Amino acid sequence: MKTDDLITMLASDAGAVAPRVWQQRYALALGAGLIGAALLMVLLLGVRPDIADAVWLPMFWVKLAFPAALAAGALLAALRLSRPGVAIGHVGAVLAAPVLAIWVLAALALLGAPEDRAMLVWGETWAACLVNIPMLSVPTFVGVFWVMKTLAPVRPALAGAAAGLLAGALGAAVYALHCPELAAPFIGLWYLLGMLIPAALGALVGAR
Amino acid sequence: MRALLIGGLGGDEAAYHAFLKDLSRHLRGFLRARLARLPDDVEDLVQETLLAVHNQRHTYDPGQPLTAWIHAIARYKLVDLLRRRAGRDVLNDPLDDELAVFAVSDTDAADARLDLGKLLEQLPDRQRLPIVHMKLEGLSVAEAARATGMSEAAVKVGVHRGLKALAALIRNKREE
Repeated sequence: MKTDDLITMLASDAGAVAPRVWQQRYALALGAGLIGAALLMVLLLGVRPDIADAVWLPMFWVKLAFPAALAAGALLAALRLSRPGVAIGHVGAVLAAPVLAIWVLAALALLGAPEDRAMLVWGETWAACLVNIPMLSVPTFVGVFWVMKTLAPVRPALAGAAAGLLAGALGAAVYALHCPELAAPFIGLWYLLGMLIPAALGALVGAR
Repeated sequence: MRALLIGGLGGDEAAYHAFLKDLSRHLRGFLRARLARLPDDVEDLVQETLLAVHNQRHTYDPGQPLTAWIHAIARYKLVDLLRRRAGRDVLNDPLDDELAVFAVSDTDAADARLDLGKLLEQLPDRQRLPIVHMKLEGLSVAEAARATGMSEAAVKVGVHRGLKALAALIRNKREE
């Protein structure tokens, strides 16, 4: 087939294309993923029973804000990496900021209470954290990968990592409503690792 | 070129045709400069990239520089080709490189070695027939639906999936 014939073929009845479809698709995937994670959390783990008291503790909100900030940065990265020719820009800094912030809080906590250090780092549920955050990230992971498949990531491994981190961060935010831990060192270590598991998985799946 | 694409995305067929035409010239130059050692592959890759641009046209944001978008797609296709070539050439006689110099056919730019028409025949009917009726014979969705006995929605899906499948067939063909 001549190139001109191909062009005629592609152009004939090509029809209109809805502008910025990816925005709706991402909104759909994130909405469904968040609802899915919330259902899994309520059914399998349960909301922490003392949540009414916990909302008065600043660390409760830090524990929510940390994954939420990472989710925002990962979403930005995923949106940019989903389509050809979009520069990633300063996404690295946007992602590093919440990590550095929680590490500063963690360092202050560790310095402030030298005798409690082991407890601040290990808490009582670190193993559960590493299992449950990836588990709660599954619905968003599936949704965001579906959206990315309909788009055209030209750097698939990086795009997959961003998708995985996004899923992990949303999973962690939902898990924060169940998890009884409140120490910054715990969150800065185990929550971060819990989110990095789906991110690493995403890079592998993306690169295929 | 950007205005033509935006017109095309809005449903203006003539503008979209003109865009693809301009794009093919642009791609030919872009790829020829980067495939100096594989001149016979240029036109194949032009066609493959045109198909990719068409299949991915919903990922273009009107606020985005057009060249960045186009070049990212073209470069992806180029790297993909070179990677597959590199894997295969290990087995080839290195003399092939010398011989290729005499076998260059630079004149007829519009001839590709890859026969998309033949690849099209390999698609299942539910994808092939909508493409043949709508894209080659110029029937409308309603007419194509009547001719195939498919619903209008199925015809549209068939064209969409068929062009994606065609892009995948081209890739696999290369690996042979």
